[in-house]
Amino acid sequence: MSSNGRPSQLLKNLNAKIASIPMVLTALVIFVGGTAWTILYSFTDSKLLPRLRFVGLDQYERLWSTNRWIVSIENLAIYGILSLVFSLIIGFLLAALLDQKIRFEDTFRTILLYPFALSFIVTGLVWQWILNPDFGIQKIIRGLGFESFDFDPLYNPDIVIYGVLIAGLWQGTGFVMCLMLAGLRGIDEDVWKATRVDGIPTWKTYVFVIIPMLRPVFITALVIITSGIVRLYDLIVAQTGGGPGIASEVPAKYVYDTMFRNQNLGQGFAASTMMLLAVATVVIPWAFLEFGGKKHK
Amino acid sequence: MEPSVAVKDLTLSFGAVEVLKKLNLDIGQGEFLVLLGPSGCGKSTLLNCIAGLLDITDGQIFINGKNVTWEEPKDRGIGMVFQSYALYPQMDVRGNLSFGLKNAGFEKAEIAKRIERTAEILQIQPLLDRKPAALSGGQRQRVAIGRALVRDVDVFLFDEPLSNLDAKLRSELRVEIKRLHQQLENTMVYVTHDQIEALTLADRVAVMRGGVIQQLSDPKTIYNKPANLFVAGFIGSPPMSMLEGTLRDTGAGMNFVADGIDIPLAGYDGNLSGQDGASVVLGLRPEHIVINEDLDGPGLQATLDIEEPMGSDTLIWLRTEGRQISVRTGTDHPFRPKQEVRLELDISKASIFDVGTERRL
Amino acid sequence: MSMSQNISDTGPRGPKPTRRISRRNIFLYGTLIVISVYYLLPLYVMVVTSLKGMPEIRLGNIFSPPVEITFEPWVKAWSAACTGLNCDGLSRGFWNSVQITVPSVIISIIIASVNGYALANWRFKGAQAFFTILIFGAFIPYQVMIYPIVIILREMGLYGSLWGLVIVHTVFGMPILTLLFRNYFTSIPEELFKAARVDGAGFWGIYFKIMLPMSLPIFVVAMILQVTGIWNDFLFGVIYTKPDLYPMTVQLNNIVNSVQGVKEYNVNMAATILTGLVPLIVYFVSGKLFVRGIAAGAVKG
Repeated sequence: MSSNGRPSQLLKNLNAKIASIPMVLTALVIFVGGTAWTILYSFTDSKLLPRLRFVGLDQYERLWSTNRWIVSIENLAIYGILSLVFSLIIGFLLAALLDQKIRFEDTFRTILLYPFALSFIVTGLVWQWILNPDFGIQKIIRGLGFESFDFDPLYNPDIVIYGVLIAGLWQGTGFVMCLMLAGLRGIDEDVWKATRVDGIPTWKTYVFVIIPMLRPVFITALVIITSGIVRLYDLIVAQTGGGPGIASEVPAKYVYDTMFRNQNLGQGFAASTMMLLAVATVVIPWAFLEFGGKKHK
Repeated sequence: MEPSVAVKDLTLSFGAVEVLKKLNLDIGQGEFLVLLGPSGCGKSTLLNCIAGLLDITDGQIFINGKNVTWEEPKDRGIGMVFQSYALYPQMDVRGNLSFGLKNAGFEKAEIAKRIERTAEILQIQPLLDRKPAALSGGQRQRVAIGRALVRDVDVFLFDEPLSNLDAKLRSELRVEIKRLHQQLENTMVYVTHDQIEALTLADRVAVMRGGVIQQLSDPKTIYNKPANLFVAGFIGSPPMSMLEGTLRDTGAGMNFVADGIDIPLAGYDGNLSGQDGASVVLGLRPEHIVINEDLDGPGLQATLDIEEPMGSDTLIWLRTEGRQISVRTGTDHPFRPKQEVRLELDISKASIFDVGTERRL
Repeated sequence: MSMSQNISDTGPRGPKPTRRISRRNIFLYGTLIVISVYYLLPLYVMVVTSLKGMPEIRLGNIFSPPVEITFEPWVKAWSAACTGLNCDGLSRGFWNSVQITVPSVIISIIIASVNGYALANWRFKGAQAFFTILIFGAFIPYQVMIYPIVIILREMGLYGSLWGLVIVHTVFGMPILTLLFRNYFTSIPEELFKAARVDGAGFWGIYFKIMLPMSLPIFVVAMILQVTGIWNDFLFGVIYTKPDLYPMTVQLNNIVNSVQGVKEYNVNMAATILTGLVPLIVYFVSGKLFVRGIAAGAVKG
């Protein structure tokens, strides 16, 4: 670069721009472009191949009159709300337990978190086995003399989603616990000293002081869990295959099946657009609170 | 003689915020210039602009007569020392010193020679094979200075180099930097918010606020004749005592008049002519006021408030007409809190500022 | 006279006595142990089931330890289990997963680390906007982008190939990894970067000689994140590869959930453990770094 002419704006910082090409491509082509493409084609009657023959909201009308989709949404709502509530509560309680300056903290944490390292496929298959009525928990409890004990969630359409929930919580709570624990460790030690001097009982400190202070952590956890819940797919495929019947179908599986099994692309696009909408209703308000507020401060 | 560093009409803005405003500054060959100011005044920003670490919005920068406005930092002929030392943690001291020379493509023999010389000047020969983590704060800063030294450049830039050190080390290294300057006779530009550092080290001090240089003078002038109210308040600890009042021409000379105060300003070092009736602020440093119970002449009536023994001397805080005044006095003094006393003012050392322009008259 | 005469010499003195076995501790450790047992149970069940013969499984219960230990299910799971298409066991899937994971991890980390470094130290106009899109993109359900990617890969001639899947993993790993590296490089004092610039190092010089040697831990964290994430992937494997390139998870699911033949639960469990083994080993070896990885991306984000 000579000192005679100002280096051109485009060439300035050239290496950084080259290094960012993959990010720019991913952001624009895949995330923005791909999403826009899918939304656009959700208004067409694409079947085996995508084609631009617009049919208005037909795909959406069909979607919401399809029983399987309604069941999927219901399942996702039940699974989503319960898994959100339970993983936040259990995650926080576990974190609070581990935060008591206990011995072997690392060991306990390792045990509580290891399921998170596993694939949903592995988790689904293990719990499929444990919940197997002929060999698993039901058989053992019946063997103890409770002949009429019934616990076969994976074979009972009414409660199958709870069977999935057990597996999902087993895998995911350790992660929430880690988030919460990091949050608890971030709290100033002086807060604890102050409440001790003031003679406030521990449980009260948690409820009235610590939890309000952890609000950002709870919100982060909520957003992450939610975006994970909407993607729920592998676990269902492995544990129940959507069955019995269609009792444990979820939207992500509906999308995959309509697109790749039934070759009904337009319908799949409409369903995935609905999924996007669901995530957006959580993420956009969160982003607004989290980042939009900062600019006005 | 051509200035070593020349800054011409330098403007820097981040978006709508102007951090530096049309700033001009000439630094002479071999001069030790200190940029002093509160945080956010733009002093570090200015230094970073000189170093080429920030792209400027407008203006020019010359180093040794060469326009370096668009040059890369490495091509400007500068060495820089940072507050956090900024030593490369994974390299030993020798590696830290040689990194720049290697990048510049120097030969091994030359690199070794320069490291040898630098280590000798700074007395860090025993540390050459250690990693920064194994050094104390003072040693780290010495190595950081060495990294600038080894480049064999004419201009050294210091960005608050002593702020991370404790008080004792700070004063030690301060002396050492001054000695280094005497020995090397390089141009040094030194940023600090510590006025003691500024007054002890500088040939000239540039006091900055809001991206503008408020006063550029030798330390004595800065201390004794602050150009405006800001400089007066910023320099000196405790700051000047300020009294608001008006000027009145008595015919025999100017008087300073306020509630219960009427003091002739004979002997004032400045130009007060034609200021009759002007609203002014009279500023006096603590050591230029004397507590005198038997004072007959013009002075102030005040009540003793608090006493602060400082070791070598004592600071006494007094109240008069709702204003606070500090006076420096010896450690053995007869005064007690709540006592009523008279204050004698040394007008020849005082500063008088116009309330409107805030400038010294 | 000293004042302490008024103060009694009797009464508490010295360290306050503490009881090891207090009610609080019993409750605390008791709860933790019960919970730990619950979390470990599935792992235990997997292991014992995989070591039993089928007759023993049919008779006993899933929690009882094996009477007669057999490794045959493991051998069968590895080399002879049927997926419906072929009967050469999980080994094929294992090697496929290795072939997918290794380049995906390396490429995604190289790209994301350089990118994060550029974002942290060499900010240019517009960079922040793309980064924001990238982070929001992390929340978009994959289902929305699946088909457009199918089209892109098909156009590139990579649909159904291993490299196509590598690209997909690189793309979807980018938000979290870029965030991870950007945050890490931002936390390195900027003065170090400035010092290196004064010393004449450029973009790549600073990256390789200053930043890289300082950030080995974060590279390990990123590796852990990617190895487990990519190894555990199922959806992308199913969609973007052909059956003979299926990763281990897909093959495992095909073996266990295939409808043909008699269910061999011991083989299934052995296969399940085998599939979970790689991430589990990574997890147990990496310990706190794993925790740091998942926390770094989330809490600071």
